Amino acid sequence: MKLLYFAWLKAKTGVAEEELTPPPEVATVADLLAWLATRGPGHAAALADLSALRVAVNQEYARPGDPVGPGDEVALFPPVTGG
Amino acid sequence: MIRVQQEDFNVGAEVAALSAGNHAVGGVAVFIGVVRDMAGDETIGAMTLEHYPGMTERMLQGIEAEARERWPLEASLIIHRYGRLQPGDRIVLVATASAHRHAAFEACEFLVDWLKTKAPFWKLEETSAGTKWVEAKSSDDQAAARWHTAPGTDTSDAAE
Repeated sequence: MKLLYFAWLKAKTGVAEEELTPPPEVATVADLLAWLATRGPGHAAALADLSALRVAVNQEYARPGDPVGPGDEVALFPPVTGG
Repeated sequence: MIRVQQEDFNVGAEVAALSAGNHAVGGVAVFIGVVRDMAGDETIGAMTLEHYPGMTERMLQGIEAEARERWPLEASLIIHRYGRLQPGDRIVLVATASAHRHAAFEACEFLVDWLKTKAPFWKLEETSAGTKWVEAKSSDDQAAARWHTAPGTDTSDAAE
């Protein structure tokens, strides 16, 4: 699974992009976020406030209950501020 | 049409090209977003727009397609820049062409409201106090939410 981090999530996790293999019990976006938060202090800090977080799976906005799988591209970012 | 680019754009040339040769067009509405030099009490020296290549184009195309379903547009254009920009620089151009002005005005405003809440861009401001990621505004969410009603039927909270 390809993970992407944008804006301050990139600074907090210390990575822009990483290739990870979550355990098989990670089936949804919510599972994935909970698992990612255990991967170190940077990830824990980035994921501390889930209300400040948006998630896209394969470049579409996703909800906590949406499924995630091994081949997916999952992006984590704060609410957008373009325009 | 949508474009995501680092370089500036020529407003006159883009708007002229939008309706060139199409005599069904009776009006073109244009919005240009520009970098301000103030955010609250802080003076902005510059800002850097980060985006999510791939998803950005996808979202802008989706928003544009929705506008063209909801309003009778002859042509539409969204250009959004990324990279480092300074006060006075243009960030975004949204232009909509239609037979009549109402559709052009409404679709243009819809596109701007929606790209502000959907398109994956993030602004990093540079001030004398350091750099800071701009936080999303709930007023932008409210502005986008009013478009959930059908065009022309929104009488509730359209006044902002």
